[in-house]
Amino acid sequence: MKKSNQNLYSVIGASSLGTLIEWYDFYIFGSLATIISEKFFPSGNPTAAFLSTLATFAAGFIVRPFGALVFGRLGDLVGRKYTFLVTLVIMGGSTFCIGLIPGYATFKAAPVVILLLRLLQGLALGGEYGGAATYVAEHAPENRRGYFTSWIQTTATLGLFVSLLVILGCQTLLSKDDFYNWGWRIPFLLSIALVGVSIIIRLKMQESPLFEKLKAEGKVSANPLKESFGHKANLKMVLLALFGATMGQGVVWYTGQFYAQTFLLKTCNLDATQVNTWMGIALLLATPFFVVFGALSDKIGRKTIMLAGMLIALICYRPIFASLYSYADASHKTEIAGKRLSQTTAHIDASTGDSAVIVSTMHTYTDGSVLTETQKKTFAAGTSRDKAIPQVKKSMLLGHMYGSRVVGFIFVLVLFVTMVYGPIAAFLVELFPTHIRYTSMSLPYHIGNGVFGGLVPFIGTLMYEYSKTPANPSGDVLAGLWYPIGIAAACFIIGALYVSTKHQKH
Amino acid sequence: MNLVKRILGIFWLLAGPLAIFLLIWEAWRKIAANPVQDVYLPWIIIITIFTPIAVGLMIFGYYALKGEYDS
Repeated sequence: MKKSNQNLYSVIGASSLGTLIEWYDFYIFGSLATIISEKFFPSGNPTAAFLSTLATFAAGFIVRPFGALVFGRLGDLVGRKYTFLVTLVIMGGSTFCIGLIPGYATFKAAPVVILLLRLLQGLALGGEYGGAATYVAEHAPENRRGYFTSWIQTTATLGLFVSLLVILGCQTLLSKDDFYNWGWRIPFLLSIALVGVSIIIRLKMQESPLFEKLKAEGKVSANPLKESFGHKANLKMVLLALFGATMGQGVVWYTGQFYAQTFLLKTCNLDATQVNTWMGIALLLATPFFVVFGALSDKIGRKTIMLAGMLIALICYRPIFASLYSYADASHKTEIAGKRLSQTTAHIDASTGDSAVIVSTMHTYTDGSVLTETQKKTFAAGTSRDKAIPQVKKSMLLGHMYGSRVVGFIFVLVLFVTMVYGPIAAFLVELFPTHIRYTSMSLPYHIGNGVFGGLVPFIGTLMYEYSKTPANPSGDVLAGLWYPIGIAAACFIIGALYVSTKHQKH
Repeated sequence: MNLVKRILGIFWLLAGPLAIFLLIWEAWRKIAANPVQDVYLPWIIIITIFTPIAVGLMIFGYYALKGEYDS
């Protein structure tokens, strides 16, 4: 028993490490998006801008479901172990190559190459998760599947955390210029070492016992795609998994971990370092709850926990985000008039002769918060005519008293994520038969998370922008929440009505 | 409960095409107002991605209406 448990934990360790590295690889591109955009997708070049948008959107949303189909099929045909070894190699190789590509200034094909590598990353990620979840679930005893597979669920959050940590480490060790010029490549290049270690560990692993059994009995599916999506009996479960579970789970996940960050940075204009630090603390505190809710789902059922998470989330989103916004709202703060500082600088662009005046004003408030407003006015050469609309940037550094409150609210948002996401792997694995499991579970997972979830920050920001009218130019700051609330509500209804609480034996 | 599942099936069946119609309508308005790449490209991508999903929702509604999810 002890040996079998040891073996199970080494299976979990090896699978989780590889999946964590894949998430790390996927996230560093997003975390360094601003630098990557400047290095490879120069502004003012429409083709590069087009490719940049595709790289941002396509990898996460379109290619991931394709990766699920390609590698899901492979996993059901040749086995779980070799398939998720392939996805790891593709992911690690692509990430390493991104770190090697010369910038657009010296290599004009850079935008196309970066786009292709990003697509490969998306494809690999689409194949990895289903393999890791299936592999662990097929090693775990049935009555503890929720607990054991929940370790795989922690990897997405930990991958984000590690990527932020590595980037922060590089930024701390290097000067600002060095990081901008070459240091940003380190997190990409580091990937090859991490992937190398993970490959060695995974090579030593055995194939899943359930797949081995299928193979020995000659029951491996001849055409997993046809059996998964061509037969009504299975297709209806794929659709149920998507609309009754992963769709809502995806939006709750992305709202808690990514939209919250976008909201704090762009809508509340909070200081980036402060937001990232608080996000990191909240993520770290909440991550163990993936395992807690995974284990609890073995006792009280997957459906109960996931749907409870969705319901509580959609009820609490507006009050939580309204509170977060109120902390940053300068109109509700009292300024210490004597502490206002203002600085004006002017410079002339040598190449165009245009002049720019930058006025920086620092407001200090009684609650310890500091708001820095920077206004940049550009004048055409030799005139006092405004060349463009003045750019205004705001950055609010909140007082210390808000730290625990913001961390608390983000923690609660991530707690909702752990409720819906902790038991999902076990739920999906149990919904489908072994011989087409990898294919069947991967597609709804990646549509739910990649498409419905991945679009939360984009659609949320879009809805907020659209809420701005001439009558209300500042818009409704909470408008973006209607998308995740609507999707989670629809998913809750479908899940509550159509998903059976009875566990199917496969 | 099975009756509720089946009746709601009609709603899911209609929700798919309705969602796509609304997306196209909204995209048309926004692109016509500001026909630049930053506006039309995300809309094209969103509609392309959501159309097959809407078809999936229609199939789900059809199955629900036919009693495939009856307990």
